[in-house]
Amino acid sequence: MAKTKVLLSGNEAIAQGAIQAGCTFYAGYPITPQNELIAYMAKYLPASGAVKGQAARVFIQAESELAAINMVYGASAAGARAMTSSSSPGISLKQEGISYLAGSQLPAVIVNIMRGGPGLGNIAPAQSDYFQATRGGGHGDYHVIVLAPASAQEAYDLTQSGFDLADKYRTPVMILGDGVLGQMMEPVKLSSRKIKTPPVKSWALCGCAGRKPNIAKSFFLREGALEEFNLKLQKNYQIIQQKEQRFEGLFLSDAKVILVAYGTMARIAKSAISQLRNAGKQVGLIRPISLWPFPERAFQIKNNRVKYLVLELSYGQMLQDVRLAVNGRQQVEFLGRSGGGILSQEQIIDKVKKIL
Amino acid sequence: MEKIFKRGESLYDVATHYCPGCGHGIAHRLVAEAVDSLGIREKTIGVAPVGCAVVAYDYWNFDCSEAAHGRALAVATGIKRVHPEKVVFTYQGDGDLAAIGTNETIHAANRGENLSVVFINNAVYGMTGGQLAPTTLLGQKTATSIEGRTKKAHGYPLKISEMLALLPGVCYIERVSLENPQEVLKAKRAIKQAFENQINNLGFSLVEVLSPCPTYWGLSPKESLDWIKLVMRKEFPLGRIK
Amino acid sequence: MIERIIIAGSGGQGVMLLGKVLAQTAMLEGKQVTWFPAYGPEVRGGTSHCMVIISDQEIGSPYISQADTLIILNRPSLERFKGKLKKNGILILNSSLAAIDKYAKMQVLSFPFTDIAIKIGNIKVANMAALGCFAAAKKIIKVKNILKVFKSIAPAGNLEILKINQQALEEGQKLNHG
Repeated sequence: MAKTKVLLSGNEAIAQGAIQAGCTFYAGYPITPQNELIAYMAKYLPASGAVKGQAARVFIQAESELAAINMVYGASAAGARAMTSSSSPGISLKQEGISYLAGSQLPAVIVNIMRGGPGLGNIAPAQSDYFQATRGGGHGDYHVIVLAPASAQEAYDLTQSGFDLADKYRTPVMILGDGVLGQMMEPVKLSSRKIKTPPVKSWALCGCAGRKPNIAKSFFLREGALEEFNLKLQKNYQIIQQKEQRFEGLFLSDAKVILVAYGTMARIAKSAISQLRNAGKQVGLIRPISLWPFPERAFQIKNNRVKYLVLELSYGQMLQDVRLAVNGRQQVEFLGRSGGGILSQEQIIDKVKKIL
Repeated sequence: MEKIFKRGESLYDVATHYCPGCGHGIAHRLVAEAVDSLGIREKTIGVAPVGCAVVAYDYWNFDCSEAAHGRALAVATGIKRVHPEKVVFTYQGDGDLAAIGTNETIHAANRGENLSVVFINNAVYGMTGGQLAPTTLLGQKTATSIEGRTKKAHGYPLKISEMLALLPGVCYIERVSLENPQEVLKAKRAIKQAFENQINNLGFSLVEVLSPCPTYWGLSPKESLDWIKLVMRKEFPLGRIK
Repeated sequence: MIERIIIAGSGGQGVMLLGKVLAQTAMLEGKQVTWFPAYGPEVRGGTSHCMVIISDQEIGSPYISQADTLIILNRPSLERFKGKLKKNGILILNSSLAAIDKYAKMQVLSFPFTDIAIKIGNIKVANMAALGCFAAAKKIIKVKNILKVFKSIAPAGNLEILKINQQALEEGQKLNHG
């Protein structure tokens, strides 16, 4: 199976990416549209090969999303590469744990396969958790790294990067997809490399033999201690913002209108662009891959007459980051749909023609 | 001069932050003594709650984790599944274990997680200022049951230990008290038993400790010990539950 | 080349599997492909559908608003999806369970896939008869590669299942030459 392609849904590709990345602990709770992920983990995680320096791989179906994220907290504190996954309403429940992970500097990968909201919403694809994902989501002054794959292959690859980034910066990382990405099957080229050996974590809880005790905590009661810690976190975030901006650019050199879209929306944008290009229209694309840090670098385009068209399956969340990045230099337009409907190629083309 | 009694290695030599007459100091010490007597300090991982014992790790000389309010048994599950050969325990108050964390408590117990739990029942919320706890007695006055707990407004004191005893995954439950030295010695034996059960892979063990809170009971330390004996024990009888 | 196919029927007719076999075959032949299911709460019964796009180039949206081909296995699905067929597109229709009276601007290949499957000995392989018909009509994927996919996904050692699916596929393929 090593070098050939296999047909996987985005959900399955994320799970397989996690296994390849040396994830040894998964806890989750069923919710549509990410059920294939938890089922794949149940089937394959415990049976996957051992990870060097780690105990047996563990799958737990937790009693709630709250329990799942807190099991991940424990497993991460114990030194494992740990993951949980859910969809929008479940991710809201996990926010408590994500804040604690950030506050305790514990690495973990959290997957959100977004569905419609607010409330129970529906199970249709959506991108309306962008604010929640990129602004931290829970209480406190923190961020998580947010990666947004647009294909099953990228879901597989970015999940692996996610574990590396989480360990490197000691921070939770979110993989942010939507119902289409989770459900859609595509060919995925699996890595033929051996499963990674996770880094040794000197801070992990594993018994204090031969050293002083380690404590996993986010509580800083002494006067000035929390401020000191928060400044340390901020410094880490600044480094992440400098080093980890990721995006894909398409036809940026001659574009008069640049579409800005991520995940599934970017795929639809690409279809629209190829049709517009065939008709001689100079249209380009910026596809943010890291949503936090937001790839501000992509927007350093000098031509003041360029116009941006932000496309989202929400009513304008990433739009705010684009406006901040553009900082008034150019015109920023928006087209969005949320609540179950997917913005179509034709709707995008109509809007572009109006702007051009 | 020969030293015949000393602080164990698992307990730091630091000043306590607990109120005069509080039971946490004794319970912390009992945990440390159990760990030392079993020689497991270097393989023990504790999980501290949210509540008055939030900084329990400032007293214990072994690896510890914080847990969000009520989530200690989920966090402990994660740690234990990663390190099945280590000894993992939670230390939780009544609000943490039996109100906000009831779900985590029941399901960790029902999975038969091989963990030890020290459950401090002082019938009141201490850290937040003496509010009603799930274990507050009928008639007991708290900041949020000003005229005393009533069946109608607040329901009954929750006997979570008796509830947990029904679950097949649970191997051992005992209720003990810190009201006098004899009972403290029994409490020590029970806590040690809970650790031994885990070492022997027997499953979920819980020791409920009736512990004094003079500050929020509005009693002196001495009166508080009497109150456990004369009042609290009627609702929460001591002894082996499972 | 880009081919957009909507496959629909009732839950239990093997609509999802038909799409997956089609997608896997296209993948085996080195093409780009997406398979996108309807993922509503229905598990059995009701209408069930999936969308498959096969292309030489990167595929944008996996969602199909205008299909090149419809493969329809029951009547409610026909009502629901006939409007999604593009002008002069192909409708492959299971005439055992659905009929279309008047039609214009589409090519209709109407065959009794369910009856064919019953005759072979297993009603469940109607989907593969329809796939055989599609393969012969569109010539985008090769039947020998579909058979390879069968072998890779069939439960190990269950030759009977493999054989009956192959038979259905070949029957479907023949229909279109007649």
